[in-house]
Amino acid sequence: MIGKSDMNPSENKYSVLETNLIHSFETSLQRASGEQKSVREARMLAYETFKKTGLPGRKDEKWRNSKFDQVTDQSFELYSSKPGYTHKVSEIFHCSIHGFTTKVESLLNGWYYTPEEIPLNTMDNGVVVGSIQMAQKQYPEVFEQHFGKIAKHNVHGYSLVNTAFFNDGLFIYVPDNVHVEESVQLIKMVNTIEKLMINSRNLVVLGKNSHLSLMHCDDSINHQASMINTVTEIFIGENASLDLYKLQNINNETFLINSTSVNQQRSSRLKVNVITLNGGAIRNELNVDLQGEGAEADLNGIYLMDRKQQVDNQVFVNHAVPNCNSSELFKGVLDDESSAIFNGFVLVNKDAQKTNAFQRNNNILMTSTAKVDTMPFLEIYADDVKCSHGATIGQLDNDAMFYLMQRGICKRDARLLLMYAFAAEVADKIDIRPLRVSIEDMVKKRLRGELSICEKCVLHCSTPDIPMEFEIDMSKI
Amino acid sequence: MAEDKDQNNILEEVTSGEYKYGFYTDIEMDKAAVGLTEDTIRFISAKKNEPDWLLEFRLKAFRHWQTIAEPSWAHIHHPPINYQDIIYYAAPKKKKQLESLDEVDPELLDTFKKLGISLEEQKILSGVAVDAVIDSVSVKTTFRETLSKNGIIFCSFSEAVQEYPDLVKKYMGSVVPYRDNFFATLNSAVFSDGSFCYIPKGVRCPMELSTYFRINAANTGQFERTLLIADEGAYVSYLEGCTAPQRDENQLHAAIVEIIAEEGAEVKYSTVQNWYPGDKNGKGGIYNFVTKRGLCKGDRSKISWTQVETGSAITWKYPSCILKGDNSIGEFYSVAVTNHYQQADTGTKMIHLGKNTKSTIISKGISAGRSNNSYRGMVRIAKKAGNSRNFSQCDSLLLGDKCGAHTFPYINAGNETSVVEHEATTSKISEDQLFYCQQRGIDAEKAIGLIVNGYAKEVLNKLPMEFAVEAQTLLAITLEGSVG
Amino acid sequence: MLLNINNLHVSINGKEILKGLNLIVNEGEVHAIMGPNGTGKSTLAAAITGRNGYEITEGEIWFKDELINDMLPNERANKGVFLSFQYPVEIPGVSMTNFMRTALNAKHEFEGLPILTGGEFLKRMEEKKQLVEIQAKLNNRSVNEGFSGGEKKKNEIFQMAMLEPRLAILDETDSGLDIDALKVVAKGVNALRSNNNGFVVITHYQRLLDFIVPDFVHVMYEGRIVKSGGKELALELEEKGYDWLK
Repeated sequence: MIGKSDMNPSENKYSVLETNLIHSFETSLQRASGEQKSVREARMLAYETFKKTGLPGRKDEKWRNSKFDQVTDQSFELYSSKPGYTHKVSEIFHCSIHGFTTKVESLLNGWYYTPEEIPLNTMDNGVVVGSIQMAQKQYPEVFEQHFGKIAKHNVHGYSLVNTAFFNDGLFIYVPDNVHVEESVQLIKMVNTIEKLMINSRNLVVLGKNSHLSLMHCDDSINHQASMINTVTEIFIGENASLDLYKLQNINNETFLINSTSVNQQRSSRLKVNVITLNGGAIRNELNVDLQGEGAEADLNGIYLMDRKQQVDNQVFVNHAVPNCNSSELFKGVLDDESSAIFNGFVLVNKDAQKTNAFQRNNNILMTSTAKVDTMPFLEIYADDVKCSHGATIGQLDNDAMFYLMQRGICKRDARLLLMYAFAAEVADKIDIRPLRVSIEDMVKKRLRGELSICEKCVLHCSTPDIPMEFEIDMSKI
Repeated sequence: MAEDKDQNNILEEVTSGEYKYGFYTDIEMDKAAVGLTEDTIRFISAKKNEPDWLLEFRLKAFRHWQTIAEPSWAHIHHPPINYQDIIYYAAPKKKKQLESLDEVDPELLDTFKKLGISLEEQKILSGVAVDAVIDSVSVKTTFRETLSKNGIIFCSFSEAVQEYPDLVKKYMGSVVPYRDNFFATLNSAVFSDGSFCYIPKGVRCPMELSTYFRINAANTGQFERTLLIADEGAYVSYLEGCTAPQRDENQLHAAIVEIIAEEGAEVKYSTVQNWYPGDKNGKGGIYNFVTKRGLCKGDRSKISWTQVETGSAITWKYPSCILKGDNSIGEFYSVAVTNHYQQADTGTKMIHLGKNTKSTIISKGISAGRSNNSYRGMVRIAKKAGNSRNFSQCDSLLLGDKCGAHTFPYINAGNETSVVEHEATTSKISEDQLFYCQQRGIDAEKAIGLIVNGYAKEVLNKLPMEFAVEAQTLLAITLEGSVG
Repeated sequence: MLLNINNLHVSINGKEILKGLNLIVNEGEVHAIMGPNGTGKSTLAAAITGRNGYEITEGEIWFKDELINDMLPNERANKGVFLSFQYPVEIPGVSMTNFMRTALNAKHEFEGLPILTGGEFLKRMEEKKQLVEIQAKLNNRSVNEGFSGGEKKKNEIFQMAMLEPRLAILDETDSGLDIDALKVVAKGVNALRSNNNGFVVITHYQRLLDFIVPDFVHVMYEGRIVKSGGKELALELEEKGYDWLK
């Protein structure tokens, strides 16, 4: 990491945002007073490190083409007050993927949003869901065991800021041998008139032989530019499995960093689908640490960007032990002046024999102004491995276009069909049928240009004074 | 520095299978003082009787160099290089300008004989003209007269500066500017000699041109500079070979190769890099930091790089093509083998600027011992480079579980009519293939040599015949002792 | 005595596959080894040729009165053991010429014979191709690369002709061959039969034995030879199947 400390002290100038962060932290130290000692210490350490490294910028290889340098000369409000519970979540957000019921958990402006007095629920099967702030007090053992221990790869200024500043987030604990039938859907909403930087922190812990399916939805519900900086730590115990779906459909003004780190134990399974449909600048970081033999990680993503949007997928897979499999498949269509970055990094350590690691990134550019940067890296120190990667940037297959048109399909439809087929390879990997159908539908609509943030937007720009009166009808999208 | 040479030792070194070019020759040398200051540069420039503009160029580079730091992004590790501990100029002492081979120091002739390079034209493989560069200075260029009949200029860089200053001034630094990177800047300040080649319009060079580089003196760096210009419609195939004596300390080699291909010209540049790689325990060896770049300046021009990298303790090298002319073509074919403690970070850059430009990258990395072998390549397609194509195939083969094989492609595309494809695989040598060979009576070491040569064949096939055989032998030799 | 296997036990990954197998092959003899799938026929071939991962836990393999249990595969090959593979591997970029030349040189070196010149070698290649009636242009093709199933098997027989082994093991050479290819392969084998060498023909079906007539037929079951007989045993097996032997 190239840090500020490497600079000549006289050149040590902080950016607007860095100054803003330092000032906020220094003047608000007392906020952390009710927390566990370990959290207070983690915040201090992260803050001190951040003061030295600053925020990453274009000179850092992993941020070279990132649009996030645009936020560094902006100021944000860092400590929003906890919003009162004024509306039922179902009044604010209505997800109606048919035949798919989820247990909805929500964060509003980064705060766990619930009518309950104590924002932490323990269910009959022992599953705990609720506010991470409450969890650190009520379940200190589980919390201490994992908090800050998983998100240790590719740490950068923003993740340090998250540790130093996070206000709240979601905590899920699934005990050993519990198979959670109902998917948990985490809805993160932003609704504020302030220009807010939201640092939320999630911790998900799966015990041995357990199963959970988690949907992580980022939706913004007003047009105010904001900066969402989320760190999620996930621990998957022995022989446990997690299906993680990330849906991103936020406004064009919002900057989103979604940094997810996973620690996988022996024979555990992780399946991730990242579906990015809209967003000003979205950076998805996925750090997967394969720490137990026989672990499998299946990481997939679709991104469909237009206008000046940017999506940046940073995927790091650490094969620390033998006999693990990882596969990455990220596909995207870039229209208008949008841009995509893919940086896949597979590290196979010396002892990680019998590793299988596959990595593929395919892109279609629709215009001469769209851009793609792809960096599929392999770093391999074991010899008995099968690793491969591939990356393509191109257009729809001309022969296929001609074939379809020869059968009487108009050019527009032929293009749509092919684009859809292109994206379908990833969508097909979604196991939950109603979700898959719904996402396929969203992808189709997105490709037809029918789904844009405006259609599903709940802002009612014509009547901005009632921003909370909305309903998102997923069946319409 | 003059050591008593022991004839028996030399023979033994030459005949030992490990590094057969590890001998040292006692030649009377003319050297600069250790260290690098403006005075060193003035000394070099004066030695070479250079015009002022060239001294200025060197000084500008030197001043810039003092403000920059060694790059750290490559996947290589080495103790810090003390740039003040290097001799920047060492040349075989010569009393006057050489007129014929008879006047060449017999020790020197002997050196090249040992290297399998004869400087006597009649004994040379027919059809190869050689420029021999020893410790930064070109000692002999063969076949000059034959070439000059076709208007081809092939001489040492220093001669070119004296005799064709306009050509040198026009093209030097036009592809690799003096500010390009740390090592190129250093070279721009201290380069001592190298080869110069100019192929006039419409001329197809009738023979392979070749430069043979040799580091001989201890404690010296080698900083040569090659400038190769193919004018409109010209064609040339250029070969480059290199060796160095076996020494315990590391020696620095920081060279520049610039190629300019005008409209319709084609340049094929082949390298068999066999600098001393250090011993089995990683002691000694050449640090090879080289900037090679070709500019496809005119439409329909073509530059093709082929490299077989078996030597050097560290290789840091990215022969690149800037495809400026429309319909121009860039190619990069590479085999890099590392064994013991060698480190290689090598690849290419293909920068597509013109329309309908095409590039192909075929890279085969083979790692053995405790070595690390990285492919690092960039493909960039500019917005205006419509209808461009790139295909890259980068494969790595691992022999043993102590080595590393890494692939770092950077692909960057910005228009909707171009296609970029990159594929890469990493695997270990197939046990089935090994057993099959062994079942036919071939021992494991030979079998590996056979399989690896087969693996690299796609690239080896691109080499001119004379080099292909040498390269195949080298691959097998480099991997000796990598079994088990 | 060419091959003498005594009480051979072989394990793969700790699992015992051969459980005390005995077999004697003399010069001039052709032995057929038959048996249902998974009884250890290919394991036997691998153990004789010294493939990695096939651990001899007990017993001996003697070849020409020399114990070869611990020899490298290439040492056994140089002494005259040849395996025609069930699945010949492709070796991209290695030409057949180069491959065969390297193999033949290794054999000559081992036997203290002079190395063939390029011309002599090519002549030998042509002769042997004719002997085994292979028309295919092998020389510039990579080893087995892009060969059809039949071509691969013919190529194995061609290599056998080139290397003139004392003991040739044909592992399921008939699998995947049509009748014409089978005849070519068999013809090649028969042309190479002599009083000086022996063959072990591993096969699943009687079919191949119509063309390569064995002197002895052995039936393997669960890692042992459970019945031995003359060539008529093969016909009996064809008729009755293997069940009656279990």
